[in-house]
Amino acid sequence: MKKKALPPAGTRLMMSGNEAVARAAWESGLALASAYPGTPSTEILEELTQYPDLNAQWAVNEKVALEVAIGSAVAGSRSLAAMKQVGVNVAADPLMSQSLAGVVGGLVLVVADDVGLSSSQNEQDTRFWGRFAHIPVMEPADAQEAFEMTKAAFDLSEKFETIVILRLTTRVCHVKSLVTVGERRAPNSEGGFTYDPNRWVLVPSTAKRRLPLQAEREKALKAESENSPLNVVEQGPDKRVGFVTSGPGYLHVKESFPDAPVMKLGLSHPAPFEAIRAFAGTVERLVVVEETEKLLETELKAEGIGCTGKDILPSNGELAPEILIPAIAKFLGESVPVRKLAHDSSLVFPRPPTMCVGCPHLGVYYTLSKLRRQVTISGDIGCYTLGALHPWKALDTTTCMGASLTMALGLDKGRLPKDADKSVVAVIGDSTFLHMGIQGLLNLVYNKGNATVLILDNQTVGMTGGQDHPGTGKDAYGMPAPKVDFIKLIEALGVKPERIHKINPYMMPVLFKTLKEEMAIPEVSVIITDQPCVLIEDHERFAPYTVIEEACTGCGNCLKTGCPAILVRKREKVAKNGKEQELAFVDIDISGCTGCGLCMETCGPDAIKRMVPPAKTPKEAQAHG
Amino acid sequence: MVESAITNVLLCGIGGQGVLTASEILAEAAIAAGHDVKKTEVAGMAQRGGVVTSHLRFGPKIFSPAIPPGQADVLLAFELAEGLRWISHLKPTGIALVNTMRVIPPVVSTGLFSYPVDPLSDIRASGTRMVPIDAGGIAKELGNARLVNSVMLGAVAGALPFAPDSVKECLVKRFSAKKPELGVLNAQAFEAGRAAAVAGAKAA
Repeated sequence: MKKKALPPAGTRLMMSGNEAVARAAWESGLALASAYPGTPSTEILEELTQYPDLNAQWAVNEKVALEVAIGSAVAGSRSLAAMKQVGVNVAADPLMSQSLAGVVGGLVLVVADDVGLSSSQNEQDTRFWGRFAHIPVMEPADAQEAFEMTKAAFDLSEKFETIVILRLTTRVCHVKSLVTVGERRAPNSEGGFTYDPNRWVLVPSTAKRRLPLQAEREKALKAESENSPLNVVEQGPDKRVGFVTSGPGYLHVKESFPDAPVMKLGLSHPAPFEAIRAFAGTVERLVVVEETEKLLETELKAEGIGCTGKDILPSNGELAPEILIPAIAKFLGESVPVRKLAHDSSLVFPRPPTMCVGCPHLGVYYTLSKLRRQVTISGDIGCYTLGALHPWKALDTTTCMGASLTMALGLDKGRLPKDADKSVVAVIGDSTFLHMGIQGLLNLVYNKGNATVLILDNQTVGMTGGQDHPGTGKDAYGMPAPKVDFIKLIEALGVKPERIHKINPYMMPVLFKTLKEEMAIPEVSVIITDQPCVLIEDHERFAPYTVIEEACTGCGNCLKTGCPAILVRKREKVAKNGKEQELAFVDIDISGCTGCGLCMETCGPDAIKRMVPPAKTPKEAQAHG
Repeated sequence: MVESAITNVLLCGIGGQGVLTASEILAEAAIAAGHDVKKTEVAGMAQRGGVVTSHLRFGPKIFSPAIPPGQADVLLAFELAEGLRWISHLKPTGIALVNTMRVIPPVVSTGLFSYPVDPLSDIRASGTRMVPIDAGGIAKELGNARLVNSVMLGAVAGALPFAPDSVKECLVKRFSAKKPELGVLNAQAFEAGRAAAVAGAKAA
């Protein structure tokens, strides 16, 4: 893998929060980083692969990532685990317990909250984990702070021998701003793993002994927080409202109320209650500005510090000056200026995310949409979740990573008479299967479920931009790595060999026939589709298709593939059997077309033809090996 | 020309159009001019053909990264309907540079929604200054559809509080690093966009 040139110490450059965390971790003497991709955290580990003298790894899931980092930190090395907010649910088991044993080498758990839900199934507030697990939480507001706090987090982690959560939000991860970088500190080299079963072996007696130590640590951290340079007051002349804030909330307060006194919390848990109490005494009213939930506000009220927060501000979504300014004006009894919009943007059609032109999932969802009335389809997390949308509408449930397989068993066994004749189909991607699907499939087989499982193996983590995993044969650096054999694995989980099929998803008649057959058999079947994501190197393009204008009857079948390269040239309304029917005559955007031939398969009148002479088709390529 | 201390530039388009690269280049030019800079976009699902915006703010000191509605000095739209979608983000005194190219999403091709009949007139009706740019046509004339990006950068360069040539320098530097002839080609596209904006402004 080609590495970028490292900017020397003292350079001031544009960095995203994620890039700044990676740089700072390297400068802090990081030895090991482990992560599972997830928006908006993905780039942290990708960036770390660009730095020398550390080991950056993609883990199969977040629990694994955190445990690998814990092992490394217990061995004495500075370590980092990175994940998105929902990843911490998966990693909660080691997080909650290791809080008792703690760490030796610094361990920073970087969590990126998808505030505003650009790409997640929920908007949970990671700050709660700090309270739940009794570990400190830091909240940078921008890239420079992310850089500085990453360094401070490693120091704090080693000083208190605890995991530290560095909580980012989308607007920290993906905002680029200027950061001044520094030198690398040498990685830890003294010490090493110390035999200490009373600490590292968390049997009940050990845990019981560690609990008071955890409480003591939290008390010491409270004192640290009261005096931390990360918790600062910025004075201001307009004392009608003083703000307590953290993370990007601070930026919005400064932008909106440049004259207001602000108490900014960098080390936000444990909160410096005495410092906040003193600050509250200097202002007329105290307002807590936090993303997203009512957390610090509740704690302040419990401490007897009067304040306002979520009564006037939203408890979900991103904060912004356009939210803060009117809310505070109203709070102060001032008139709220009404802004007149130049144009109502809701009048413009939506542009929901779509699957890519020629995506191997298109054929799968086209096929599923044809079987719609006969199946309940449990889905999972990935690009293929888009199968729930128009035009396929071929997904009934999506909850979290791996839930397609487990919920399929429940949908099968818990069904009521109305659904007696329906088949259950589970759809999961390759990386999601390796993340949390293996156990679900094992459980489905073990409990004698009746479901047909589609593993859409596009040979990458597609949604987050194409990362590697144990099924791709490459590691985080793009170097060769052992590759899992899906068929052997699935057989080992107990699926009968004759119930396992590998299919090219562009060959829809085969896919359709196999699906129908397997749905009829009351056992667990697995169909693996084996064509790569169109965005990765292994994907091969073929000569594009075009529409013979005279031959197109306007039936619109090809549009049901959902391929974005198929465009409507004209629409016509006609009367057919006494009913009005709309015809859509199509065209293909040849610059986008990958030549997969899917639309051609759906075309009754044979109006879709390959444009340039004899290039091989994907099917032919497959047939010829 | 922008007058206040802070300049807000909103770039909009759809996934894959190069909106983010254009924003990077403008950010580099702003840094070179000595400004504090923040640039933000929301990626994730938007990568899959969805709406993409990039907020670029620069000035002596920038706090919030996102531009509030009605606060953009410049709107650089890479697609026609997207220009209309984001026009409310402009200040009344702002200027919109709009690529007249239309990109039809599946929700429109499949008949669920319709594409606005005349987005340019709708944008004009909002009362803001607008310069239409046929960036697609210009790029095609130069022989490469992927030059749309550089045409739009040329178009916007005259509306920023620093010398247009500094944007060109950042652009050329980026592409020359890949291949010297790419630098030349993108410089041509930049100049064509700049000329189109001047001509368009006169016509408007």
